[in-house]
Amino acid sequence: MKALAWISCVLLGVAMLYVATNFPDWGDPNSPASLHLSPHYIEQAIPETSVPNIVSALLADYRGYDTMFETAVVFTAAMACFFILRVLGCEVSGQQLYRHLETGILIRSARRINLPLGSSFKRVESVSQRYDFITAKVCRLMIPFLQIFGLYVIAHGHHSPGGGFQGGVILGSAWILLAISHDLQSACDRYAERKMFVFVATGVLIYAGTGVLAMLYGGNFLDYSFLGPLFGLDPVASRSFGIFVVEVGVGFTVMATMILLYNFLASAGRCDEGL
Amino acid sequence: MLLDIIATKYNYAGFIFLMCIGLWAMIGKRNLPKKILGMSIFQTAIMLFYISISVKTNATLPIIDAHGAHGHDLHVRAADYLNPLPHVLMLTAIVVSVATLGVALALVQKVYREHETLEEPEILEQLRK
Repeated sequence: MKALAWISCVLLGVAMLYVATNFPDWGDPNSPASLHLSPHYIEQAIPETSVPNIVSALLADYRGYDTMFETAVVFTAAMACFFILRVLGCEVSGQQLYRHLETGILIRSARRINLPLGSSFKRVESVSQRYDFITAKVCRLMIPFLQIFGLYVIAHGHHSPGGGFQGGVILGSAWILLAISHDLQSACDRYAERKMFVFVATGVLIYAGTGVLAMLYGGNFLDYSFLGPLFGLDPVASRSFGIFVVEVGVGFTVMATMILLYNFLASAGRCDEGL
Repeated sequence: MLLDIIATKYNYAGFIFLMCIGLWAMIGKRNLPKKILGMSIFQTAIMLFYISISVKTNATLPIIDAHGAHGHDLHVRAADYLNPLPHVLMLTAIVVSVATLGVALALVQKVYREHETLEEPEILEQLRK
């Protein structure tokens, strides 16, 4: 079986190498892919949308449908992970463990105690669960800057490399840093899972809602130039602003999906102490 | 002749090599996470292939520097900028590959919870019983 797989892969590789000899040269400016649509996009992006980053203009405006359904795919992935993995209703009962964070002393309690936020004690799942003081404090210092950088990448996606997907991933990774440096339970206390699902749905809703709004103003679906009266801008500037609104929606969905995927995969769907 | 082809189209050989590694891992490996890794390598090869199509010699990133010129006297020549279309398509593909990777890993965890193993022959053996 393995030999058969090897032989068929090599044969396929040889066949593709043979076909590749007819492909355009590396870096050829006159390759077929660069001759049909892309000159129009490059030359007309600024006059038509006033967005200097052509990739952003293409992503959210010219190919808006593509990106909208891509956001829907991300939404579906989060939902699929939830339905495959999430274990609900496994509330722990009986003896509970509490750790004093600064000294690391473990305290056993016969019943569950509800700790106020910011308490110096923390409920832990097992004796082996560690809390590293320096790592936790350094990560807490870094996370706000990561989040601001994520917001910058979303908001500045018109003028520099960036956009909703990249910024959303950075925002999500800030949360994952929190979950790694502390533990999943205390990260989940700050970002409720239910809110994350609201965010996933809100992002798709913002995207599709912008398209429907354009229809209400008399344009085609996702034709932002008709949103001028709503934003108080001329048609070209309103296309730029429409791209921004859509990117914010994408950022919501991607951030919440990253968080939920990590959440379910790291804890096998239990959302307890995690890795 | 052959040397010319190699000198101008060597990039495709790299993508085909990567793609075959991914395909072989998906067909030949018995371990489910390794199959998923193979799928990721396969997707990455296709992304690199598309990105390499967008390359033009003596061109720069598809972000227009609008600071130099003001308003309408900005003249943009298509030959000066990389083809943005493959970048957009691959941005889509990267996100979809992350989504498929997440769902695949979730399925693998579910399989492990059911069968206590990730080796395909052992899972098939358990299913036959």
